[in-house]
Amino acid sequence: MMVHGELWTAKELFVYPNEYIYWSIQIVMYPFMTGLVAGAFVLSSLYHVFGIKQLKEMARFALVFSFALLFVAPLPIVLHLQHPFKGINVFMTPHFTSAIAAFGIVFFTYGAIVASELWFLYRKHFVEVALPLKEKQDKTIGEWLKFFIFCTLTLGVYDISEETLKRDHKAIKVLAGIGIPVACFLHGYAGFIFGSVKANALWMTPLMPVIFIMSAIVSGIALCMLTYIVTMEIRKFLASRKMTPTQRFQSKEDLKGVEVSVVRMTAKYLLFFMVFAISLELLDLIFRGYTAVKSWDVLRSVIYGRDFTDIFILQYTIGNLIPLILFLVPGLTIRRTIVGVILVLFGVFMMRWNVVIGGQAFSLSFAGYMHYHMPIIPHDWETFKEGLFGAVSVFILPFVLFWVIAKVFPVFDLKESH
Amino acid sequence: MNRRDFLKNTARVIGGLTLPLTAFKIINPGELLASTGDKTKVRWVFLVDTYKCVGCGMCVRACKLENDIPYDAKVTRTWVERYVITKDGKTHADSPMGARDGFTTSKIDLGIDGYENVKKEDIDKGFFVPKLCNQCENPPCVQVCPVGATYQTEDGIVLVDRSWCIGCGYCIMGCPYGVRFFHPVYHTAEKCTFCYHRITKGMKTACVDACPFGARQIGNIKDPNDPVTKIIMTERVGILKEEYGTKPQVYYVGLDREVK
Repeated sequence: MMVHGELWTAKELFVYPNEYIYWSIQIVMYPFMTGLVAGAFVLSSLYHVFGIKQLKEMARFALVFSFALLFVAPLPIVLHLQHPFKGINVFMTPHFTSAIAAFGIVFFTYGAIVASELWFLYRKHFVEVALPLKEKQDKTIGEWLKFFIFCTLTLGVYDISEETLKRDHKAIKVLAGIGIPVACFLHGYAGFIFGSVKANALWMTPLMPVIFIMSAIVSGIALCMLTYIVTMEIRKFLASRKMTPTQRFQSKEDLKGVEVSVVRMTAKYLLFFMVFAISLELLDLIFRGYTAVKSWDVLRSVIYGRDFTDIFILQYTIGNLIPLILFLVPGLTIRRTIVGVILVLFGVFMMRWNVVIGGQAFSLSFAGYMHYHMPIIPHDWETFKEGLFGAVSVFILPFVLFWVIAKVFPVFDLKESH
Repeated sequence: MNRRDFLKNTARVIGGLTLPLTAFKIINPGELLASTGDKTKVRWVFLVDTYKCVGCGMCVRACKLENDIPYDAKVTRTWVERYVITKDGKTHADSPMGARDGFTTSKIDLGIDGYENVKKEDIDKGFFVPKLCNQCENPPCVQVCPVGATYQTEDGIVLVDRSWCIGCGYCIMGCPYGVRFFHPVYHTAEKCTFCYHRITKGMKTACVDACPFGARQIGNIKDPNDPVTKIIMTERVGILKEEYGTKPQVYYVGLDREVK
């Protein structure tokens, strides 16, 4: 009879009988996805709170994207649970000494903040769509549906005078301001889930939440940049083919100019947070080596031996060093940025991987190792959800959601709302 | 309804809702039981005499059968470890199938690396160490459970409510002793309970009964006349992984520094 975890765990030397890699790929995806949520939100707040004007275009985009990601963030945990339908118990009897118990509260608080910020940002748009439809006499079914959706979204508020919009703007600023610490908390506490496990020698460090927040912001900014560039490229393509029905698009050259300046500006913030993230991670590594407590022998053999490729080649070199150079060399082009941000995203993913899987690469006995073999081809539900396909599905879903949500919250070509 | 009436009625409704809740607080059944029951006079502890253990694995078999852990599943509530220390100072340890079938070969099980032959003349010392849940006084597994499905009884035993466990595995990660696992059938967190269903009826645990050499003993540390308490109080005993601050309640006679 197969035990959960047995399928993808290979034991080497002395490992306790009950030890398996219980936290697998979905637990790698969980901090990765929440990190993207938090990072995208922080990026949008840079404009709303600190008034960094150059990020204006990016800010609205990042906020909508953060909203799309938000729905996917709890999915990896649910997929990981042995009893996903009992997951609701976390809200019914939260046991507050556990870091996971706060998930519901933090998640919904954050969701409420993002949703209300979006509402204030798009209120004018809702009214402008709903009102003409209201007046229209013979509506088609599609228009009825659209009218119904947008009418509901206005929440009955149709006042879009100059004065109220000014107040909206203030509300957005306040919400974005509250949102930054909440976003950091959302992700910092994901780091706390790992950092507070005293049984795990690799995880237990108070630096863990801070490292998680920094790498979260890095990954969020990188993903926003990537999605932004891809959408802009599509728009440029459409502009050059003049396929746009409304003719609202600017010319291809205009778009390109906007794109490059926005990307260069965002890249500066990406670099700033990357330097922070890498410094903290290196500090953690150096500190462990210097203090060399009981667990260091086994940790060293994992970090410098078994996981050397994952940590030093894939994470630090390909995921950190190369993109750092790519961004630092002057005259940043779009093509270079695309390569850079993909590598950054990969680097952050590898960081999560090295924490979650690396943390289970050695036995609690400190005298044995466990190797993780991720299920690739699924042959049952478990190997699907805790395998490559489950992880890929989780990663793709936010883009699909973003595509749907962007129909209601248009991220481009929106007339000035404030 | 004017504003005044509205506020008045609201206050009444809130008051009406709160009062019954406070009544529940006054007659908290848990507190009532604690004040009348005799559970506070019991604190279960375990004593393992490693000098007496021969690694036959009778305890593991008995435990699996008693507690409905599938016999061939590679998880177990209790297990026995073998330690062989050779003259070159190396420690060789293993626990094939948790020693369910005892140690049938002198070769050391290295997992995916196969088996290691240790020559008899190279051995300095060798011994067996039975392991089970330490029923910690400060259990990290209870602390990290997000839904409160695992809890500590007043007589010190940590139990799991299978009907409420969501199977997140945080408790498994939180235990420094590796005693927890997912039950292969119920898919909920599973652990040694000191055979709570037996000891609360005055019986011994299945493993204690099955041990032919008396290496395992269970007792009540709050009873000064208990033979186990006497040994723990008067002899030199050790505990596992003290550095985690979990205050484990399984005591070992003859614990070696090489024990992981």
